[in-house]
Amino acid sequence: MKRFLIGFAVVAVLVAGLASYLASGDPDGLDAATRHGCEITETDAGESLSGECAARSAEDHALADGPLADYAVRGNHGLTGVAGVIGVIVTAGLAGGLFWLLRRRTQT
Amino acid sequence: MSSPLAMHLSDGLLTGPVALLFGAVAVLGLTVAVVGARRDLDDRTAPMAGLVAAFVFAVQMLNFPVLPGVSGHLLGGALAAVLVGPYTGALCVAIVLVVQSLLFADGGLTMLGANVTNMALIGTVVGYLVAVALRPLAVRSRAGLLGTAFTAALLATVGASLGFVLEYALGGATSISTPWVFGSIIGVHCLIGVGEGVITALTVSAVAQVRPDLVYLLRVRRAKTPAAPLADAQRSPA
Repeated sequence: MKRFLIGFAVVAVLVAGLASYLASGDPDGLDAATRHGCEITETDAGESLSGECAARSAEDHALADGPLADYAVRGNHGLTGVAGVIGVIVTAGLAGGLFWLLRRRTQT
Repeated sequence: MSSPLAMHLSDGLLTGPVALLFGAVAVLGLTVAVVGARRDLDDRTAPMAGLVAAFVFAVQMLNFPVLPGVSGHLLGGALAAVLVGPYTGALCVAIVLVVQSLLFADGGLTMLGANVTNMALIGTVVGYLVAVALRPLAVRSRAGLLGTAFTAALLATVGASLGFVLEYALGGATSISTPWVFGSIIGVHCLIGVGEGVITALTVSAVAQVRPDLVYLLRVRRAKTPAAPLADAQRSPA
């Protein structure tokens, strides 16, 4: 059991830490569809949309200035893998902790 | 505004009341999930479920191309439901979405309810129902298991995109409501669903190969009473 769990954790860390560099940088299906109809122009502050599309009403994330915002480390996208590994650890900790508290206690 | 890696609904896409409505739907759904998860989780499945959440987080980072200039990524609901059951699975995906929103500024804080509804609730429920319907195939052969996981994940992805269409129809913040946009969202999620299906099938098959006792779907029928999965587990090699 322990060996399986360690193996599973290692795979998650490798995916987030290394494979994440191979990810496509294109907008995902939802993003692409909600931007349909808009002109996208790159500005110093990021992208700006003009025209008629659902994403026109989208706002910046309230925590966009956070240290890991956008899967970077302080804005450095070269460290996406580090951000990913931190995310894996935090997610495993939160989920594992919650599930451990919720579990049925075995009667002994 | 959004960056290349923004993957979920951003703040401002839906009107306040509809965002609030789906916040309530999410809270209700997750409450049900907590009650169900208490029954499903034990000393063995709790650590497994924690890692399933971490794995979903990791694989969600892997955007794969689906069309020129358009990518897709795993949502994870069907994968989590097949591996750890629908209740715990919904909690896994919801925790991923909370971490992404709070730590990585991905998915608006006010859209958390809608994102949880689509990916954690709809994705998990649709994925699980399809998987259970195809379960006779899944237990028969490796190919059956692959096909079951693939189909469950494909339909779960399309289901999650339908959730967004419904939310936008109820309370989109712009007047855009062209059938074309909705059609393209559903269409592109059929393509993303193929990728979701492949990843889900490969992952479930890999786990089933080494630890079939850790695949919820493969033991659910015998788990009529809460004690059954534990008894099952003890019979398999540790």
